[in-house]
Formats: sequence, structure tokens, C-alpha cells
Amino acid sequence: MARAGEDHDAGEGTPEEREAEAFRRRRRGRSIALAIALAALVALFYAVTIVKMGPGVLDRPL
Amino acid sequence: MTVMTDHAPQARPAPTAIGGSTAEAGDYLALLKPRVMFLVVFTALVGMVVVDSTVHPIVAFASLLAIAVGAGASGALNMWWDADIDAVMTRTRKRPIPDGRVAPGEALAFGLTLSIGAVLTLGLVANWLAAGFLAFTIFFYAVVYSMWLKRATPQNIVIGGAAGAFPPMVADAAVTGSLGIETLVLFAIIFLWTPPHFWALALVKSGDYARAGVPMLPNVAGPDETRRQIWLYTLVFVPVTLAPIPLGFGGLVYTVIGGATALAMLGLTWRVYRVREGDEAAKAAQRLFGFTILHLFILFAVLLAEHGLGLFRAVPALVIPGFA
Repeated sequence: MARAGEDHDAGEGTPEEREAEAFRRRRRGRSIALAIALAALVALFYAVTIVKMGPGVLDRPL
Repeated sequence: MTVMTDHAPQARPAPTAIGGSTAEAGDYLALLKPRVMFLVVFTALVGMVVVDSTVHPIVAFASLLAIAVGAGASGALNMWWDADIDAVMTRTRKRPIPDGRVAPGEALAFGLTLSIGAVLTLGLVANWLAAGFLAFTIFFYAVVYSMWLKRATPQNIVIGGAAGAFPPMVADAAVTGSLGIETLVLFAIIFLWTPPHFWALALVKSGDYARAGVPMLPNVAGPDETRRQIWLYTLVFVPVTLAPIPLGFGGLVYTVIGGATALAMLGLTWRVYRVREGDEAAKAAQRLFGFTILHLFILFAVLLAEHGLGLFRAVPALVIPGFA
């Protein structure tokens, strides 16, 4: 699954090591994208909750 | 539905030494068909602004986002199902599944998860009428169009076009809780626009569709019949594009620009109908295909400007009494 631009360091490590490194890089990218999406969803649900229920939703006795 | 039984996406990514997905984040984004998502967001936004609504902008934004994600999810499900077709068509063979970057099962899970998430979010944020409509739209595109019609009949894009035409109505339901005549007209415009648009493309790309075994009209009925059908649909489509004027939600700018683009559409379609041989015929079809995209965009952009930016100027003389 070598892609364009991933074989620039050919010669450093075995093909298996380079493949593992590329895999880790892609997994890190996916994890960051997922974290951003989840954070945006949390912010959106928070904003919608305030809009639909009013700021009073935060003002309640313990 | 025999077509369903002999279908099995074949492309699989090569396993890695570590195992797990080999996809990049951008591959998942590509599964959502971002350009189609943009069109859905755009038409849904127009659907929101042409109706009278007092909904809070954040609720409208969240609803729009849910509709967009629902559209993207149906795109992922479509790519999962059509991976075998995509692999043999030049336009689609670099998509994530046929290119081996995303496994079919991943795309299916991604599409289903986002579909459920988008429908539930729209239900909680807006209302369950809109959520049900969005669920139906996803089902219509992924199952009725992709799994059934696309491989079964040359009328595939005529009926399947409804899926692409629903978003303004879903948006209307989200911000008003009901459905109005305005978004019904927007639905009709997109629905009737679809056949001339796709058949113009199919005239140019008929070899691609034939290789993939997709029964597009030029392959099944021939290019001459396709030209006749494009012309007939255009004769219905063009008056419908002008319907917002007598119904009172297309103002002065829409009247002028809608009228001019209607004439251009008729002219380009007539040329496709008349010029049937050689490079000129291909150029005419290519030109019509390009113009159909521009035409739909202009009509909706004008409605957005009139209702979203306050450019609306009524043309009372052209409005049916009771719709002013």
C-alpha cells in the first residue's frame, strides 16, 4: 500500500518498517480528524441545548 | 431484485503488517462525495430561506449539518454498493473503494453509522417529520436508486433523481415542521432537471456506462431517442423553473435571470436534438451538460439572494392572486 510520497526515505529501515510507519501516520491522521469531529459535535449539541432550553438549563438547584 | 444477489464488491485493500484500516482521513471524506454534499447543503439552504420560519439560526445550522451528513452517508453507501461499477468507469475508478484505500466493510459501517447519527440528530435538533424525511431520502438513494433502479432500468436517474431533489423539502420540514408549496416547486425543479443533466453526460460517456453494465438511456434506447427524451423533459422543466414567479416567491431578479436562463436552456437542448453526428454533436451534449449545472446553480443562487440578502422585489402583475 505504498503511496506517492511515502517512499522518499527508501533505504531507511526494512519495507515492513516503512509500511508500519506509514500505517501509524495514517492512523494518527484519522485519530486527529475523529477528535476534531467529536469536539465539534459536543460544541454543536451544547449550543443547540442552550438555544432550545434557554440559559436557565444551567440554573438549577443541586 | 435479482441484481442484488449477484452483487459483491470485490476490491479490498492489501492487509498491513499491523492490521486495521489503511485509509487516511481524506479517504473517508471522499466517501461522503463532498461536491454532492455541497449541492445538498446549497439547495437545502435555499429551501430554508424561501419559507417563512422563525427558527433560531443555530438550530437551522445544526439541521443543515445533519442533512449534509445524511447526504454524505448515502453517498458512502452508494460507493459501497457500486464499487464494482466504479472500478470500470474512468470517472470513478480512483474512488476510495475501487482504488483499494478503504475496505468495502469499512465504507458500509461508516455510511450506516453516519446515516443513523444524522437522522437521530435531525430528530432531536429539529423534529421527527424532518428526521423521517431524511431517513426516507437516504433509503431512496442507497436502496431504491443504487441497489435497484441503477442496474435495472434506463429510467434509473429519472426516478432516482427524487433523492437529490428532496433536500429543500427536508430543510423546510426542519425549520417549519411542515411542507409548503415553495419547496415542492424546488423539488420539482431539481427532479425535472436531473434527466436532461445526466442524459447529456451519458451521451458523451455512453461507452463508460456500457462497459460498467449500467443501462443508461443512450445504451438501451440509442442516442437519438435520448436526444428526444432530453428535449421533452426540457419542455416540462423550463416552465417549472418559472413557477416561483406566479407563486410569488420568485421576485424581479428571478423573473429576469430565470427567463434568460430558460431561453438558453431551450436553445442548447434544441442544438443537442438537431446536431446528431460527429464532434459537433459531442460538443453540443458537453455544452448542455455544463450549462445544466450552471442553470440550477443560478436559479437557486438568485432565490438565496432574494430571500437571504433582502433583494426580493415582488412582481405583482405576474403573481397568481392569493400567492402574493
